Amino acid sequence: MPTVAPLDLEGHVVAAHFLGDVPFFATAAGTIHRLDGGEKVTEAHQGLLTCIRDPFSATLLTGGEDGKVMRIGSNGEATLIAEAPRKWISVVAGGPQNAVAYAHGKSSFVKLNDGTLKEFPEERSVEGLAFASKGLRIAAARYNGVSLHWVGTNAPPVDLEWKGAHNAVTFSPDGRFLVTTMQENALHGWKLDGKPGENRHMRMTGYPAKVKSLSWSPKGKWLASSGAPAAIVWPFSAKDGPMGKAPQELGTRANIMVTSVAFHPAEEVLAIGFIDGMILGVRLADAKEALLRRPGKGGITGLSWSASGKLVAFSSDAGDCGVIDISA
Amino acid sequence: MAEKMTDTATPKPVPVTVLTGYLGAGKTTLLNRILSESHGKKYAVIVNEFGEIGIDNDLIVESDEEIYEMNNGCVCCTVRGDLIRVVEGLMRRPGRFDGIIVETTGLADPVPVAQTFFMDDDVRAKTELDAVVALVDAKHLPLRLKDSREAEDQIAFADVVVINKTDLVTPEELAIIEDVVRAINPTARVYKTSRSGVDLARVLDQGAFNLERALENDPHFLDQGHDDHVCGPDCDHDHGHDHHHHDHDHHAHDHDHDHHGHDHHHHHHGEMSPIHDVTVKSISLRGGEMNPERFFPWIQKITQTDGPSILRLKGIIAFKGDEERYVVQGVHMIVEGDHQRPWKDGEKRESRLVFIGRDLDVDKIEKSFRACEVAA
Repeated sequence: MPTVAPLDLEGHVVAAHFLGDVPFFATAAGTIHRLDGGEKVTEAHQGLLTCIRDPFSATLLTGGEDGKVMRIGSNGEATLIAEAPRKWISVVAGGPQNAVAYAHGKSSFVKLNDGTLKEFPEERSVEGLAFASKGLRIAAARYNGVSLHWVGTNAPPVDLEWKGAHNAVTFSPDGRFLVTTMQENALHGWKLDGKPGENRHMRMTGYPAKVKSLSWSPKGKWLASSGAPAAIVWPFSAKDGPMGKAPQELGTRANIMVTSVAFHPAEEVLAIGFIDGMILGVRLADAKEALLRRPGKGGITGLSWSASGKLVAFSSDAGDCGVIDISA
Repeated sequence: MAEKMTDTATPKPVPVTVLTGYLGAGKTTLLNRILSESHGKKYAVIVNEFGEIGIDNDLIVESDEEIYEMNNGCVCCTVRGDLIRVVEGLMRRPGRFDGIIVETTGLADPVPVAQTFFMDDDVRAKTELDAVVALVDAKHLPLRLKDSREAEDQIAFADVVVINKTDLVTPEELAIIEDVVRAINPTARVYKTSRSGVDLARVLDQGAFNLERALENDPHFLDQGHDDHVCGPDCDHDHGHDHHHHDHDHHAHDHDHDHHGHDHHHHHHGEMSPIHDVTVKSISLRGGEMNPERFFPWIQKITQTDGPSILRLKGIIAFKGDEERYVVQGVHMIVEGDHQRPWKDGEKRESRLVFIGRDLDVDKIEKSFRACEVAA
């Protein structure tokens, strides 16, 4: 049975991430707590809206109500990346060569390592950002689609159109697919390597709630999602992704919604967090479930695995966070 | 398609007030009062631009108005995407404020703002639309109605209309303005004031969208009379009316004090003012006890087919054999209904329903409403 080391924080906790084997917890109030030989605290924001792990470096990236974009190092040190006074920064993304993207209003911005700031205006508000895994390229989710910009050039963007409001965006690890979450309870996907004239769209619908959490399996064969009383896991191994295929439904519970999903860093094992605070671990191969944490005070807002795959950190909207030791 | 007939009760949702009104109608002055006066409550304010709000407050959030059409084939199913994001952020730390105020731009359509609080599940779970308040500039309303549909929409959609800047018009002009407002929206509560000096208790925490409270607070809900309005403490609707009495006073000193301040000017009760620029109309239906098996399919159908033309609908329905009053309200295609309270002894069990909208087919709606009645 896995053991849970609880960490009770004040108020809503937005995210939990690992840098190395040290778990970090970001509160909506703006503090970053890490368990590194005892609890240590960094005051990062006056009001924190987003905290992600930079996929290209061992740091966290945060955005806040104070208009600041910060980078948090593994020692907890916070560095100001950019500032937009009086704007709320609720979307950030990390890219290659220490590039950081953020957005407010109708523009995306990319701050490069040398301090250069590039702006990419859109016609509508930018709701989500992601860097491609290869090349300095960003995707900006917006109303009626996604704009793809090469950061280094001033070439016009590639527009991927699909009617409706797109809230978040992610590239598949191999860069062949792009998937957004939508205001409607659905995902939308584009096949990026399709031939001209080929159908590039993938509609992934049937969710009873808005999808807020996505996670790619280690080799990108699966995309797990929240938004239903089970983790909905779409197959992406085929040439055309999930088109014409049914998703797997893992960790199904009656009427208890999944709020957060996170794939193990090496295995096809999914951690599933629910709105009542329960966390399950499920193996894709046989859908075998293991209870990792019993229900708690709040819904799970963030789930992350340590690089070793032995620890899972979780955050909740009621502040009852913790670290689960799977190997125990 | 988005009709919902569900119980809206959730534990202590945060009330949201939507403040509409043309540029210059006095929204900023009112906001400044809400933020600075000591009423014991704190408000988070979502504005399009900080503009002239001279108050330093970290709960003022600037947000770009972003209207999203829902991808469901319904043209009137629109929400404010930026509000969804900001409200989600605010509600993560709800202890900071007692309510949220959304200020819209002068030209804004209030409908997407209001619908956000019905159509987005996350927003709906944590907040409750309290009231839509429209500020009207008494001096400029006639001009606004001539050159824009939005000014009319804002009044038609409101629960509370504050006629502001009454000191800039004559009593006769003000009476006409009031008639215009009531012609556009017979169900709103109307207050008259100057310098946005309306009693904040008449603007905030109204519960206008709360089916139970809407009726508790306003016993005249759905009554179309002109006499149910309450003036604010500094309502000046009598000011300036006594000039001709002063003339009179010179001849009859005894009557001086008796008449001073009396309002002999009538508010055109029952008469229509010459209104040329009003395109919104309201339909008031009154009937007996209804058959629920006919009424529910009817209201769903009418809001589906005529939803785009319906700005607001409100009603109290008496169902045959039902001991409780049933209240309904709607915005475009969204309809909500719930039981409110038992009928009182001696209370007339009748059904009343008001539609406010454009291009409504009065005959069709009236006939089909009648058809839902239980045959006598």
